[in-house]
Amino acid sequence: MTAHPPELIAQHQLTSSEYRKIVDILGREPSYTELGIFSVMWSEHCSYKSSRLHLKKLPTRGRLVVQGPGENAGIIDIGGGYVIAFKIESHNHPSFIEPFQGAATGVGGILRDIFTMGARPIAVLDSLRFGRLDDTENGPRNRRILGGVVAGIAHYGNCFGVPTVGGETIFEPCYDGNNLVNVFALGVCKKEEIFYAKAAGVGNPVIYVGARTGRDGIHGASMASAEFTEESKQKRPNVQVGDPFMEKLLLEACLEAMHTGAIVGIQDMGAAGLTCSTCEMGSRGEVGIEIELDRVPQRESGMTPYEIMLSESQERMLLVAAKGREEEVFRVFRKWGLEAVEIGAVTGDGKLRVRHHGEVVAEIPNRELADEAPLYDRPYTHPPRGGLIPDYPSTKLQRTLPAMLGAPDICSKRWIWEQYDTQVRTNTVAGPERTDAAIIRIKETGTSIAMSLDGNGRYSYLSPREGAKLAVAECCRNLSTVGARPVAATNCLNFGNPERPEIMAQLVEAIEGIAEACTFFETPITGGNVSLYNETLGEGIYPTPVLGIVGTLKTAEPVTIPFKNAGRKVMLLGGIGDCDDTRFGGTQYAKEFIHELWGLPPALDMEYERRVQFAIRKIIAEGLAESAHDVSDGGLAVALAECSFGPGEIGALIDLNSDLRPEMLAYHEGPSRILISTEYPNKVAAIAGKYEIDAPVVGVTIEKGLEIRQRTITLGAWEIAALKTAYTQAFESYV
Amino acid sequence: MKFGVIVFPGSNCDHDAFYAVSHNLGQEAEFIWHDSHTLGDVDAVILPGGFAYGDYLRCGAIAKFSPVMSAVREFAAAGGLVLGICNGFQILVEAGLLPGALIRNRGLKFICREVRLHVATVNSPFTNAAQKGQVLRMPIAHGEGCYFADQRTLDELETEDRVLFRYLGNPNGSLNDIAGILNRERNVMGMMPHPERASEPLLGSSDGLTVFQSVLEAVVKA
Repeated sequence: MTAHPPELIAQHQLTSSEYRKIVDILGREPSYTELGIFSVMWSEHCSYKSSRLHLKKLPTRGRLVVQGPGENAGIIDIGGGYVIAFKIESHNHPSFIEPFQGAATGVGGILRDIFTMGARPIAVLDSLRFGRLDDTENGPRNRRILGGVVAGIAHYGNCFGVPTVGGETIFEPCYDGNNLVNVFALGVCKKEEIFYAKAAGVGNPVIYVGARTGRDGIHGASMASAEFTEESKQKRPNVQVGDPFMEKLLLEACLEAMHTGAIVGIQDMGAAGLTCSTCEMGSRGEVGIEIELDRVPQRESGMTPYEIMLSESQERMLLVAAKGREEEVFRVFRKWGLEAVEIGAVTGDGKLRVRHHGEVVAEIPNRELADEAPLYDRPYTHPPRGGLIPDYPSTKLQRTLPAMLGAPDICSKRWIWEQYDTQVRTNTVAGPERTDAAIIRIKETGTSIAMSLDGNGRYSYLSPREGAKLAVAECCRNLSTVGARPVAATNCLNFGNPERPEIMAQLVEAIEGIAEACTFFETPITGGNVSLYNETLGEGIYPTPVLGIVGTLKTAEPVTIPFKNAGRKVMLLGGIGDCDDTRFGGTQYAKEFIHELWGLPPALDMEYERRVQFAIRKIIAEGLAESAHDVSDGGLAVALAECSFGPGEIGALIDLNSDLRPEMLAYHEGPSRILISTEYPNKVAAIAGKYEIDAPVVGVTIEKGLEIRQRTITLGAWEIAALKTAYTQAFESYV
Repeated sequence: MKFGVIVFPGSNCDHDAFYAVSHNLGQEAEFIWHDSHTLGDVDAVILPGGFAYGDYLRCGAIAKFSPVMSAVREFAAAGGLVLGICNGFQILVEAGLLPGALIRNRGLKFICREVRLHVATVNSPFTNAAQKGQVLRMPIAHGEGCYFADQRTLDELETEDRVLFRYLGNPNGSLNDIAGILNRERNVMGMMPHPERASEPLLGSSDGLTVFQSVLEAVVKA
């Protein structure tokens, strides 16, 4: 074979040194199909070539970790013979190009990652970032993207039959040209029924199941190839189309087929489709795989080997069955009306061999292809920082609190989550906006799983390291606030172009921050996803590491956010906290009223944070808290208002003993703080004393009103009904 | 007694219905696959929620042709109790076992939320354990749950006391606030809200059990 022209190599986003490495591995020039195969496997998306070096710093082991990074999802032992599988993934770029299908297939992809492991998906959460909805120039487009993304998630999850139980939605100008859609999914299975994406047993059949292969999504990660444009005369959309009904059938059929005992290994075809699933399964099992493309079910005629290997058509799985037991597998798929075809076999030579019309069109060593992608230690300098401390005027809390509650980041997202089926499978103990973490019970074990997604781009922009630590701390705090013990984490790292040293610095610092905090809070990272190049026209997004942490608790009625009865003491575990102009941390307030972002994020003392979390878990376990809500975006005033929005409209009379400037007192976002209402302030104080944390009584619950005082001087007093209207009706006015 | 829960490809509340009548109500239950030609020895059959056959073409439009539906028709004709919940209601309407149609929600969006239901009649095997006028809390979760029928059908439903439940605070634009109806013989019912999701206090309401308890009482008495 002759060398490919440099333009073609560049079009495949391979550098000349990467190309030389390919020639070295093969001992010859690659065929056109092989060039395509290498280009997707060695893409940033599949190979993590810019981040791998740093991802190694993450803690991945723990007592409960059954499977860490490297498989389709991480697995944690929850006791009683059961495990949970979970992971988060991004679908940012597709959702920007085609919001509905981009988001829908994002959900589809992560669900397959879960049931590939043998686990039935039981919960989905989403972390979403969009540009500002009220922006004069980009607002209409951002609203269209928001509507499409939400409808796409709803379409896929609702039909598939998995409840979407929580998440977060934030709006910033930096996401104008680059929204983020991060989807977390969690499933459950018996410990002895876990499946791995590993091929084994020379001679075992390789079976293709699910949807047919089409030309959709070829080079989802990169671009259209020369041949692609020449031969098809039109650029097919790089975004795939999802079919949740097909996925539902695949789920049921795969789980049923797994029960036959005839399946050796199984992997979904996600990014890089057939290419990725064949070479990764081969590499993990240290075997070869040989397939004949003529047997691959195809939706269109005349597809080339290149197209078949690179297609990202959705709802497809690849499995290896035990030889002689194929019929057991086929029978199950027939029952569910799905196509299952033997397309090849496991071989002993460690190679991915692809035939088309009997001729070998690609022959590549699996291990080199899957695991020896180039690794880059990209240079990094210092992350950019926010601006200088502005001189900002004082404002009246009376006026600012209703406005804060109606801000897009803070206000109720009911408009979004009512479009999601939050209850299917009848396990949802706490869905959106009832508690700080979503809670799903496991019927089989009497335990429940609490889940939270957190990331704060503003903090991470000011300091990627501290922002990442704060995200871990808040995620754990959300779990602790419902009484759950955080046990393991997954992360989705959304960053700009890693080839820019200051962006690379953000990535490195964030990873190190996550590593430090996850080690400290004993929540090992069991998997995740890195999404780089999130920028448009040179404008990067805020560095946005999103953490998904899961915790366990005994199944019971949850302690929810709202105050329940008048006359209860309101206590602030962790204390009022401190801040100054450099660590104001009131980023939400600053965004709405000062229009600046400066200084450093609020200071986190991890030791103290841990003691606060121990204390709240103890308080919840002893049944001492009637309500519980952590203080986060928007600070104390916003958290107090949110506690007042229960059906009974019980508010509070609060008096804060503090010297802070009123707007700092009301809106600073210092971590390690949790508001509870209790009938037993002395018992709570005793627990707080034991853990050496502040837990001042800051007020008492009252009917219908919220009043906040600072050393007896009233800063603001409101009817709950008015605040609730501002909070609940704002979002519809933006969309 | 024994409930049968039909499983169409794409049903996704089948396990929930099964759990509600077996675990929460304490009765026997079995799944019935969509290509079955018989319902076996079940005393009542549930068509559960979900997206049967992907709800392609129109909700329930393909499901009505599945083999099990002829068994359901025979079962209903013989007086057997048939419950269609959400997608099951849509299928029964498409199959002609119940009148009217379920069209896109007024707001054109999928809605999942708890609603309050007014029990409009207790003269049925599905509500005999309730009080007339009782208000039940249970969730809805549908995109196409707006009940629609011509005036004559609506008049018939009203005069024949065949409206089972009405929404308090109509979420989807259903005519006459209809959330559930009966056939003329009063042994086939369809409802958009999900009683199986409101069958234990942990999930926020156990009002939905009233429906299954009514069926149990009706079957035991018969």
